[in-house]
Formats: sequence, C-alpha cells, structure tokens
Amino acid sequence: MRSLAARRAVTAWAFLAPMLAVLALIAGWPLLRTILLGFTDAGLGDFGDAQFIGLGNYRDLAADPNWWRAVLNTLGFTLISVTIETLLGLVIALTLDAHLPGRGLVRAAVLIPWAIPTVVSARMWGWMLNDLYGVVNAVLLGLGLIAKPWAWLADPVLSMISVIAVDVWKGTPFMALLSLAALQVLPREIYEAARVDGVHPVRVFFEVTLPLIRPALLVAVVFRSLDAMRVFDVIYVLTGDNPSTASMSVYARQQLIDFQQGGMGSAAATFLFLMVALFAALVVTLGRIRVAGARA
Amino acid sequence: MRRIWKLFGRVAFLLLVAAIVLYAVFPFYWAVVSSLKTGSGLFTADLLPKNPTFENYVALFREQPFARNILNSAIVAAVTTALSLGLSVSAAYALGRLRFLGRGGIAFVILSVSMFPQIAVLTGMFELIQVAGLYDSLWGLILADLILTLPFSTWVLTAFMRELPMELEEAAILDGAPAWRIVTDVFLPVMAPALVATGLLAFILAWNEFLFALTFTLSEEQRTVPVAIALISGAGGYEIPWGRIMAASVIVTAPLILLVLALQRRIVSGLTAGAVKG
Repeated sequence: MRSLAARRAVTAWAFLAPMLAVLALIAGWPLLRTILLGFTDAGLGDFGDAQFIGLGNYRDLAADPNWWRAVLNTLGFTLISVTIETLLGLVIALTLDAHLPGRGLVRAAVLIPWAIPTVVSARMWGWMLNDLYGVVNAVLLGLGLIAKPWAWLADPVLSMISVIAVDVWKGTPFMALLSLAALQVLPREIYEAARVDGVHPVRVFFEVTLPLIRPALLVAVVFRSLDAMRVFDVIYVLTGDNPSTASMSVYARQQLIDFQQGGMGSAAATFLFLMVALFAALVVTLGRIRVAGARA
Repeated sequence: MRRIWKLFGRVAFLLLVAAIVLYAVFPFYWAVVSSLKTGSGLFTADLLPKNPTFENYVALFREQPFARNILNSAIVAAVTTALSLGLSVSAAYALGRLRFLGRGGIAFVILSVSMFPQIAVLTGMFELIQVAGLYDSLWGLILADLILTLPFSTWVLTAFMRELPMELEEAAILDGAPAWRIVTDVFLPVMAPALVATGLLAFILAWNEFLFALTFTLSEEQRTVPVAIALISGAGGYEIPWGRIMAASVIVTAPLILLVLALQRRIVSGLTAGAVKG
C-alpha cells in the first residue's frame, strides 16, 4: 500500500517537473533577482557588477513625490475602477439574465470590449477623447453640455477620469460574465416563490440574489483588484509617463528603462509586489475568518 | 394603470439594453469609421464616412512593417500557447488526478504566480533575456509570455481534469498502462474542448501582451502588434496619423471579435472555470 502511494508521488512529481522547472526559470529566478537588485545601485545591463547599497533605493523612493503620487494613483485607480466595474457588471449581468429577445447577440456585443487588446482600446479611446477632433468633445459640444472642448488627456484630473473610464469599458465585461455565471446557477424556484408571495423585485435582489452570488462576486472583485493594482498598458498608452496618471508599474518601468536606474526600478517593483502580496494575504485571511464565522 | 407601468418598465428595460450595446460596440464602430476617412474628413464627427477609402490600410502596410508585426504576434502567441498547453496538460494530470504530499502547496504557488505583477519580474527577466542572448528576438518574448499563460492554463486544465469521473482511467490502470499512456490515450481525447477554450484564452493573453514586448524588443521588425500600434506616430512626431492607427486597430481586433463571437460559450466556460473555482 505504501509503495503504491510512493509510486504515485514519484509519478506526480515527474509529471509536474517540466512545468515547475520552467516556472522556476521564468518566474522564481527573475523575481528573486529583481528583489536583490532593488538593494543595489544597478543601472541597465551592468547587473553583474552592481554594488550593494542596502536600503538606499527605498530611501530615494520615499523622498520622491512622484513615487507617492504613483502609489496614490494606483490605489485610487484600483478602488474607483473596480467599484464601477462591479456595479456596472452586475447591472449588465442582471439584464442578460432576464428574458430578452436576441440575448445571444447582446451577450456577444458585451464581450467585444473584453476581446479587444488593452493597447488597442486605449488608442481607440485616445482618438475619441482627442481634445481637438475627438467625437466625445464633438458630441458634448453638440448637446451643449460643455462650452469649449475639454482636454481629456492633458488635464491632471480629467486624464485620471479618462484612464478609469477606458479601464471600466474594457474591464466591465469580465465582471459581467462572472456575475452572470453566478446568477445562472441560482435555482429558478426561488424567484418563482418570491413572485408568488408578491415580494418586490428590488427586495428579492437585495435579500435573495445578492447574498447568494456574493461569494462568486467577491472572487471576481479580488481578481480584478489584483489586476488593477499592476495596471500598465492603458495608462502608458493613453497618457505616457505623465506623473499625474502614472501607476506604480509605469513608474517602475520608467526608472528601469528610461532613466536606466535598474536598482531604483527594481525597488519600486518589489514594493508593488509586496503590496499585491499583502492584499492577497489579507483577502485570504479575512475570507477564511468570514467562512469560519458563517459556519459557527 | 398597471399595464401602462408594465409597458413603461419594458421600454425602460429595452432602452437600458440598447445603451449597454451602444456603449460596448460604439468605440469599435468609431474605429472602423475613422479608419475609412482621410484628410480633413477625419476631423469631422460624421457617423458615416463621406468618401470611404482604404488609403489608411494601404499606408499602414507600406510605411511600416505591419505585416511582419502581425506575423511576429502570431508566432509568439502560437508557440507560447503550444508550449503552455503541453506543459500544463502534464502538470494538470498530476494536480487533478493524483493524490500526493505537497499538492496543495504547488497549487498555491501556481495561483500566486498568476497573481503577481509582471513588473515584479521585469528587471530579472531583462537580465535573463540579455544573458541568454534573446534581447530583441521573438524567443525572448515567448519565454517571458509563458509567465502569463503557463499558470493560467495549468489552473484551468486542473479544474477541468478534477471534474472528470474516477471511472475514466480505472480500466487503463487495471491494465497496468503507464501514466503517460493514460494521459495521451484516456485524457487527451476527452479534453479536446477544454484544450480549445484554454488554448484560445492563452493565445489571446500572449497576443495582447504589451509590457514585455515593449521592453524586450528594440527594432521595428521584432515588434509585436500591440507595440507597433502603441508606437505609431507621424513623421517628426507632430501630426499623429489617427486614420492609420484606427486601421491597425481594426485589423487586429476584427479576427478577435469573430473568434469571440464564434466561440463565446466556450470562452465563458473557460473564464468561469479559471476564476470562480479559484
């Protein structure tokens, strides 16, 4: 019996080995090197003779207002865009869950933003939000909602709003799909019973539907949040390295490539890594507590 | 009165649906329309181009190696997907069908890798690619992109394998077939739909990847499509050729949209297997 279990373990590790080896090479090792280089004065390309300088890079980061701006931008971007995406995704999911002529077509339409590469969606919106020739300004001017064209991508506040809006457009389908999947496994009898009892649909939603889909919704929110914290593409393509919208990823890459400050860039990247890891650990711990509480 | 309210609700609901569809589709529509306009026509907000022309599309392929960029993206995404599927089918068999000490730990590591930010490996990956002599080459991108597709496909295929009934491989085990025969003869045939869905999503992940492709390539000839599109700018950087950018956007997006429309059910099931079961 033991030999069978042992044989099975050997087989299992043999089947895992290639994948684990590749993962160690392309994820484990580079991550380790990035963390180590964060404690050195590395430039770009001379990583071998980088000198250990302790926490020097972290001191420089702490003293750089642009870095703190990037941290705030990242947190604000994550909080606002994920909140909007969740709410909007839920509305869309409820709509798609209802009886509707041509539901397949509507669902396909909703999937389109998800299928479009982030870079492409950023460029499409960059054109639509162009201050001189953009269709957004043209429509708003035509409706008399604004008196003169707005600089959607240049103004510090407006550009952050634009970045979030584009991310919402691109990210909402994912939330909608996951919410829809959660909605569609709910037993139809619940709604039937509520309808017979004459319970108002809004109350049904808040007291029956929402609690039932909450676990799935939370998982989706966590995934999206982790994704949003490492945001790079949409911000880099829409507004470049501009400090008023730069995220932590944008800042780290700018240090590494444009300023050739490998050590500084690595320190910034490591900080982001720790932040994401901390968030994930927090979610796992809190999630477990909640599960335990529900069981008690 | 009740009926009027009901009708009102129905109309409001349909308006909501229309608004959702418009919101989702309009930017792509606008890209198509803009890509067919040139000169001063581009700067008017006409919903239909007055004199539609394919000039932007011609210019795109004439003035830059865009065909080469498409080929690059296709090669990188296809090879990355094939490698990921091969490695992850084998790993998913171990994780999904065999009980052994350390399985939970491995699953945790894989999930963690799929969570952590790409930027966290950027410096180390830059060094690795440089040392391996793969800077500014497609192989460097394939290597880097595996970090996105490999954990993802392993995770989804493991979830899929775990769902299959125990009886499936029992006969083969009793016959004393070696484990690799069980994978190729028993599992691969039933996994075809899962492989298609996972492969498609992995392909899209690699096709869309931007940060690595931007950082690890230098020459226009080695760029993938997202980088090429992000870096299109006019001569001297003054006038941005929006018509050409939109033409490029349409070319890249159209096949993806067709793919999504054709396979939407499978995509939805792949996505939800990857996320909800986490």
